Amino acid sequence: MSASRNVPLLEVRDLVVNFYTRGGVVQASRGVSFQVDYGQTLGIVGESGSGKSVAVQAVMGLISTPGRIEGGDILFQGRSLLDQAGKKFVREVRGKDISMIFQDPMTSLNPVFTIGTQITEVLRHHMGMTRDQARRRAMDLLGLVDINAPEKRLKQYPYEMSGGMRQRVMIAMALACEPQLIIADEPTTALDVTIQAQILELLTDLQQRLQVSVILITHDLGVVAQLCHRVAVMYAGRIVEVGDADQVFASPVHPYTKGLIRATPRLDVVTERMVSIDGVPPDLISPPRGCAFSPRCDQAKKDCLRAQALTPLGDDRHVSCWCAIKGDTR
Amino acid sequence: MGRFIYRRLIHGLIVIMGVTIIVFVVTRMVGDPVQVMLPLESTLEQRAAFEKKLGLDRPIHIQFVDFMANIVRLDFGESLWQKRPAMDIVFEKLPMTILLTAVGIGFACVVAIPMGIIAALRPGGVVDRITVFVSLLGLSVPQFWLGLLFIVLFAVQFKILPTSGAATPAHIIMPALTMGLPTLARLVMLVRSSMIDELNQQYVKTSFAKGLPFVRVVGIHALRNAGLPIMTLVGWEVIRSLAGYSVVVETVFAWPGIGLTAIQAIERDDLILIQAIVFTAAVCVVVINIFMDFVYKLIDPRLKLT
Repeated sequence: MSASRNVPLLEVRDLVVNFYTRGGVVQASRGVSFQVDYGQTLGIVGESGSGKSVAVQAVMGLISTPGRIEGGDILFQGRSLLDQAGKKFVREVRGKDISMIFQDPMTSLNPVFTIGTQITEVLRHHMGMTRDQARRRAMDLLGLVDINAPEKRLKQYPYEMSGGMRQRVMIAMALACEPQLIIADEPTTALDVTIQAQILELLTDLQQRLQVSVILITHDLGVVAQLCHRVAVMYAGRIVEVGDADQVFASPVHPYTKGLIRATPRLDVVTERMVSIDGVPPDLISPPRGCAFSPRCDQAKKDCLRAQALTPLGDDRHVSCWCAIKGDTR
Repeated sequence: MGRFIYRRLIHGLIVIMGVTIIVFVVTRMVGDPVQVMLPLESTLEQRAAFEKKLGLDRPIHIQFVDFMANIVRLDFGESLWQKRPAMDIVFEKLPMTILLTAVGIGFACVVAIPMGIIAALRPGGVVDRITVFVSLLGLSVPQFWLGLLFIVLFAVQFKILPTSGAATPAHIIMPALTMGLPTLARLVMLVRSSMIDELNQQYVKTSFAKGLPFVRVVGIHALRNAGLPIMTLVGWEVIRSLAGYSVVVETVFAWPGIGLTAIQAIERDDLILIQAIVFTAAVCVVVINIFMDFVYKLIDPRLKLT
């Protein structure tokens, strides 16, 4: 795969995804744009319901009824995954060039098939391997994710494994076809803290060793700071701030990003009580006019009723906030 | 595994014993075989001699011990009606019922499973609505009426299928349809709801994300998980067909199987034959149940056979 390095590995442009529910049309993704470069890790953060998962599921072609992709484009190595030819293309790349790790390893594996079957079926389908080749490759993969006695493990069923172990299997499965992009949708949320650390360490290690690009979805800012090169902050179906991870954390611009960072508990500062952002996330059936965060924002003014697109703000930094752009960040 | 088989066999024996005892008591309490079998004008002496021949003059507990001892040798005695060993009649008729059940249930599975899956793919869609409607219709139709309707339609009106008997392969079509359709209706509902449940599971999303073909995700990953409730119902339907529906269906179509024979034996108060038939039905139920437990284990490795 020697695609031109001028195009980003993955580019999402103005993605619009709506869910047609009984209660109304849920605008889960309202024009999301981001890109991932080769070998880079992008963190997407935001509270539950901000559209993080929807955006990446659209990349995987996993949006199903009642959801519909109704606008924008998704380009993988410069080729659209959404146009007519893209429908065929997405079937080729899904699970092969782009793979995904899900939140809950307890339910993500099929309970009635062995680990071996579930790993080898990917290899046999995408790489056309024989049963034997696939089995050997599967053993290597289990070794890669630090699972002992792979031969024995291949014959086991998910119920015979712990949560951490299952997530390792999911990672092995995601790595099976040497993908260029791995999407990890809150890969550690369902695990306990010690296992979280192990899994994150494994992901970081693999990312560096295999030079694979990663999209990491999480609401743990600490994880992003530790793992990601770039970070995108999502709110109410839009990206409100995106940029180099270190910079964003050092000097957040958007009031929402600031709030998130302030709300992160810190060990080195003694606080009486946890800091939170006032108000509740908006209802995406009828999101607020203009900047969706304005009802909760202490700097909101009249301008905020008009939407502000993501605007560049120096080195690779984009923000959608009137205050920030006018230089008034107080 | 050995322990499992051992325990199941013990359970089975208890069930069969229980059924046999009930049959023994009931056949002796309702109706007097002597009265039914002998002509009205027969003398008291003739009656007494006949009673003696059947062993009905002895105390009931002696009769019971004798009866149980004979069962172990599969010897129920001679049918009063056909004057030959009752078990011979059962072994002659049972294969016909098994054939009818196999074709009927087989047909139900072949149609209901794909139909249920297709309906589950788009709950609330056109196919789904039609499926649910047809299935409700099938559930509401009495089996004997369905059989008669088929006869009127295909045998009398169109004259394309034979009414009754089992002379040619074409003879099995109507009875098997009559047997299979209610099963089909129940099965399609279950396949549909189980598949809807499974298709919403996270592992289905994982399978799609792995890039597996649609047919593999739905037909292998999801279907195997839905297999447990489906097989439970199929097992249950097989049992009910062998030991229940067969009576109705075989009577309507004069299909020479165990169900029709049972009705005839009851009409003639042939308690020997009735006992043999009920015993056989009980054995069938037990055997099918044990077999289904193995099938469960094959489908879902999480189950422990105990």
